[in-house]
Amino acid sequence: MKHGALMHEGEDDVAVVVTDIQSGAEVRAVTLDGKEIATIHAVENIPLGHKIAVRDIENGKDVIKYGRVIGRASAKIAKGAHVHTQNVRSKRWA
Amino acid sequence: MAPIQLSGYRRENGRVGVRNYVAVIPVDDISNSAVEGVSYLIRDVMALTHPYGRLQFGEDLELHFDTLIGTGRNPNVAAAIVIGIEPKWTQRIVDGIAETGKPVAGFSIERYGDLATIQMASRKAKEFVHFASELPRVPIDLKELTVSAKCGESDTTLGLASNPAVGRVLERMLAAGATAIFGETTELTGGEDIVADRAVSAAVKKEFLDTFQAYQDFVIGTGADLLGSQPTEGNIRGGLTTIEEKAMGNLQKIGRNKMTSVLKPAQAPKGPGLHFMDSSSAAAEMVTLCAAGGSVLHFFTTGQGNIIGNPIIPVMKITANPLTVETMGEHVDVDLTAMLRLEMNLDQAADRIIDVMSHTINGRLTSAEALRHNEFVLTKLYRSA
Repeated sequence: MKHGALMHEGEDDVAVVVTDIQSGAEVRAVTLDGKEIATIHAVENIPLGHKIAVRDIENGKDVIKYGRVIGRASAKIAKGAHVHTQNVRSKRWA
Repeated sequence: MAPIQLSGYRRENGRVGVRNYVAVIPVDDISNSAVEGVSYLIRDVMALTHPYGRLQFGEDLELHFDTLIGTGRNPNVAAAIVIGIEPKWTQRIVDGIAETGKPVAGFSIERYGDLATIQMASRKAKEFVHFASELPRVPIDLKELTVSAKCGESDTTLGLASNPAVGRVLERMLAAGATAIFGETTELTGGEDIVADRAVSAAVKKEFLDTFQAYQDFVIGTGADLLGSQPTEGNIRGGLTTIEEKAMGNLQKIGRNKMTSVLKPAQAPKGPGLHFMDSSSAAAEMVTLCAAGGSVLHFFTTGQGNIIGNPIIPVMKITANPLTVETMGEHVDVDLTAMLRLEMNLDQAADRIIDVMSHTINGRLTSAEALRHNEFVLTKLYRSA
């Protein structure tokens, strides 16, 4: 497996890692049809199935996955960081 | 590869089942002991014990009846025994099941006691077991089947792999004329517009959005923080962060199908197509409602490893999470981990699911069946009087 993360849409803010990622690893993110999108330097450990930031996301900005808003950043998120409940909140059930 | 010839049981009303149970159904909590008594004495009966049925009223009581009657009517049930504390509600359930033409008998405990009731009900159950065990499997067609789909202990692998794969399966089955049920009303939050746009008519779209909004008003109206409940702690452990993200993964299960109708909980679809059932996302509650609505087989996608089964319908467990396959593989019927490695595409995954489904229809036990996962869980709408 050459890729480390999968993306629903090429323009998404986040990719899902498909193996446990150690801080410092280079993670290749591809779309489901295998299109190369980015190689991201992981800045912290990220467990299998969790999300890595493909780009910097400002506090308060929408977070995009599936080409859709899945929540709002509740803290500044650096490229390569673990994106989860500590830095993203629902916009619907806030 | 030639398609496998499917076999099942054609019931008196023409409906097709894939299992052949004699069900023993308690009307109420206090009749569970008599139901269990029958199941100890007579081989091959399915005791459907549950904790409710007393002092319920209004819409909640109607759902109780609809669920128990629908369960007895399910084509996987060859014949049914109903046991209640008193005769009137017992008879209502017997009458509802009897409309299908299948053998059904009711017993009430007052003025007999448990022991005489168990004796009478067991004699009838023995008769029904002889009847059911003589019924042959016959060739059936895919279009005669009603199936259902719901996920549980979801994680991000569902949206990437197993849910779109089930969506592809449902596209093929519905194209062949089959009937399917999906639901999980709160779990569409953030993707409800996508589902609404699949409605076959403006009326169905409005009905869906009204149903969706009523459930939203209920959960938001409690004032509670749902994080940890929906998404669940298991979802969060698996990497799902918000309800919007979970919903987008969830709705991949419907594929590119249109939504034919909106069903009340436990209501049976009136014809083929994909039907939305207003329902909780709690696995056992939702699958119990689908079975009451006539589903004879359930596609259950999981990420972190929900282990649910159902007493009257086979629940096929499908996962693409390699950790789940590695650590709790005995619960997994279809392994789609190759999809995450991009070594299996959607159509190949759908082929794999349909292959396992075909064997399951023809009698192969699912993991949940082999492990005796018989969760029969009634949805209770509010407290009793």
